[in-house]
Amino acid sequence: MGWLSENGLLLGLAALDGLAYAASVFMVAVGLNLVFGVMRVLNVAHGSFYAIGAYTAASIGLAIAAAGLPSWLSLPALLVAAALVGLVLGPPIERLLLRRVEGQEPVLQLLVTFALFMILEDVQKLIWGVQPVSYDTPLKLLGTVDVPFGEDVIPFTAYQLYVLPGIAILTLVGLAWFLRRTLTGRIIVAVTTDREAATAMGINAARVTMLTFTCGTALAALGGALAVPTTAMVPGIGASTIVLSFAVVATAGLGQIEGAAVSALLIGLGRSFAVYFEPELEVVVPYLIMVAVLLLRPQGLFGVAETRRI
Amino acid sequence: MSRHIEWLAALLGAALLVLLAWSAPWLRFVLTVALAKGIAVLGLLLLLRAGQVSFGHALFVAFAAYAVAFAAPSVPEALLLLPLAALGSALVGLVVGLFVVRYREIFFGMLNLAISMVFYSLLEKFYSITKGTDGIRLPPVTIAGQALTGATYEWTVFGIALVLALAFGALVRVYLASSMGQALMGIKTRETRLEFMGVSGRRVLLAAYVLSALMGGVGGAIIAMTSRHVTPALAYWTASGELVFIGILGGAGSVVGPFLGAVAYELTRVYAAAAVADAWQLILGAVLLAVILFAPGGLWALLRGRRTA
Amino acid sequence: MSALLSARGLRLAFGGVKAADGIDLDVMEHEFLAIIGPNGAGKTTFINMSTGYLRPQAGSITYDGTHQLLGLPPRRIVKLGVGRSFQLPQLFTEHTVLENAALALAAREGIWRPFAPLLRPAIRAEAEELLERFGLLHLADRRADALNEGARKLADIAMAVALRPRLLLMDEPTSGVAAADKMQVVETLVRVLREARVTAVFVEHDMEVVARFADRVAVWGQGRIAALGPPGEILNDPEVQRTVIGVVPNAVA
Repeated sequence: MGWLSENGLLLGLAALDGLAYAASVFMVAVGLNLVFGVMRVLNVAHGSFYAIGAYTAASIGLAIAAAGLPSWLSLPALLVAAALVGLVLGPPIERLLLRRVEGQEPVLQLLVTFALFMILEDVQKLIWGVQPVSYDTPLKLLGTVDVPFGEDVIPFTAYQLYVLPGIAILTLVGLAWFLRRTLTGRIIVAVTTDREAATAMGINAARVTMLTFTCGTALAALGGALAVPTTAMVPGIGASTIVLSFAVVATAGLGQIEGAAVSALLIGLGRSFAVYFEPELEVVVPYLIMVAVLLLRPQGLFGVAETRRI
Repeated sequence: MSRHIEWLAALLGAALLVLLAWSAPWLRFVLTVALAKGIAVLGLLLLLRAGQVSFGHALFVAFAAYAVAFAAPSVPEALLLLPLAALGSALVGLVVGLFVVRYREIFFGMLNLAISMVFYSLLEKFYSITKGTDGIRLPPVTIAGQALTGATYEWTVFGIALVLALAFGALVRVYLASSMGQALMGIKTRETRLEFMGVSGRRVLLAAYVLSALMGGVGGAIIAMTSRHVTPALAYWTASGELVFIGILGGAGSVVGPFLGAVAYELTRVYAAAAVADAWQLILGAVLLAVILFAPGGLWALLRGRRTA
Repeated sequence: MSALLSARGLRLAFGGVKAADGIDLDVMEHEFLAIIGPNGAGKTTFINMSTGYLRPQAGSITYDGTHQLLGLPPRRIVKLGVGRSFQLPQLFTEHTVLENAALALAAREGIWRPFAPLLRPAIRAEAEELLERFGLLHLADRRADALNEGARKLADIAMAVALRPRLLLMDEPTSGVAAADKMQVVETLVRVLREARVTAVFVEHDMEVVARFADRVAVWGQGRIAALGPPGEILNDPEVQRTVIGVVPNAVA
């Protein structure tokens, strides 16, 4: 009881922080998941899309400010940045690179995305330098909210409280609706379930693949764009992001979209509590959660164990 | 036929390295590091043969390097430090391996990466023990009881690296031709059959994983004794990526490949890295892509193709 | 005669589909038992359950009177003397046929010899002898992925036989074999198995093969055994003819 009353506020703050963090991680992880579902390739460069999305959002935001445009534009600018990165990077990478190794050994496909990741890490440094880049106009724009917590209040930014989780929930609901209720969505699901059968039925799998990859790229970039108001971008963030979102996806089970939301929360909160209470363990906690889950359920929390036909 | 070519290439290569190290003294350091990395990549080659790639193998290099740095003050003898550190890495390999060999392909690659990133952040964050990013300097160590300095020390470490490279090359060659090694390659194509032959695929992979961790450790220990300074960068993902790069560049088809790749890589790096420091990973990535798409057998296959043609 | 394998009350459902709905079956020592039935009746599922690839939700499988196979992984079941071949041949595709056979032979003694070459003289000779018995010797140096379907099937069975099983479960050993070669392939197979005194269970769609080589026939239908008996009796049963073989009595042409 003593510990709780002493650290109650900190606990609350950690929870709010974790929630916001989980929201941005979820966006990246769900994109990774979507791409994996259709292409059966884990895109290691996905973390780079996150970083590039963040840097692009910051650049656009700063350009808006420099041009003297109204500051409310900084919010839609985040979305524009994500769409831009998705459209500029997604199609050529899928068409020129991934399609060339389609159907080849899994280890080769993995290596190709890894090579891409190495390239993009330096591209970021060449464009945006090695100094931390941050852009907090959206944060300041929306101000703070006093969150009641027991007898106290925690002042927390409206951006992290409403915008981040809001967009994450919209993405989750929107994606679930899109995949289940629209024709294009159903086609994506069909290709995910059985590419051969879908192709045999006349579905243009190549187009579905490009569409999905572009969406996945945009989702990663959106995760980065949404994070840049609260997190300074530094070189190397792409590497930690891909590993973290892999942890989220593996914990949930490959291909699980709602599951990814749950495990993003689990890992986001776990990491946030570590930041506040055992900062040295910040990096370790997400992986501890993942390892613990995988040891108990190798297919992930919500994954279905597959049996291959023999 | 292929056996003779490999032996010939190995001996010719060794002679060439000695000649190079002789003609340009500053190359001794570069070539020793290349041999050390080659030994570590040889471990990676084992896993590649099983169709698996580890994106976190620098963990074992870094673990042994730090083990040498930590133990050197109390055990200042290279011939004890090296096997101790390598065995330490093998032990870590056993523990990590028991977990990661349950997974294949994507999971195998990424779990290795995750574990190495955890190790990196521990090295970086626990400043009181590891001195963080400053790293640790090695005190002078004796080799077989001799307090060597300068060129003699460098030559001796180079010699040790060369002998170990040849020895591990031969060992891996024998291993791959054995039932155990052939079963390892079976994991890549039909692990189900392995299980229905009464053989545990996981155990076959675990044995190879521990051996590869051991070789990573040998490489790490040599690197520590050569550079005399260990930092967390040894465990960073770029270091692991470098190992994968060297493996693919050299070619996984032969035990000569890793050394071919490592020497080519280190020599290029000496000349080019300073000029394009900001774009080094970019160039590596581009070359890696080119090798995968246009020369999947790596340098070894290119060289052999020309010789047999 | 005693039962070498006794299955009791096996149940397994995938979603709503009952692949096994109370299977009771005794496989007698040294018999050749054919399993017939329409696709999706659960024939492969029975083999998968008996060899540890799938775990039934209920029931028991006793081997040789004492060993409970349920819950054992495939490699432990194989070690007890229960071998299997596959509908989709499971070969090491980047190895040659000879190496495939040699690996299976090496596995019998344990593969944990990091310094002994796989193709050491003793194993090479034994592998060649094994391939000879299956009529595959001329293909010894071909890579396994370069074989035609019939040869792949035989190589797959040869690898199972290399382990010297007492009981061999074969999943459609003749599917994919060219019609002209089929009887010869089966004759080769039966000769090898009889010589090795192996008890065999095989899933088969060709009734001519069943009639000629099976001692008993079990008819599968919707996860149950619909009929069991000697081939003369079962194959002439009108109900079996209608549901499995597809013969319509008094059909008007």
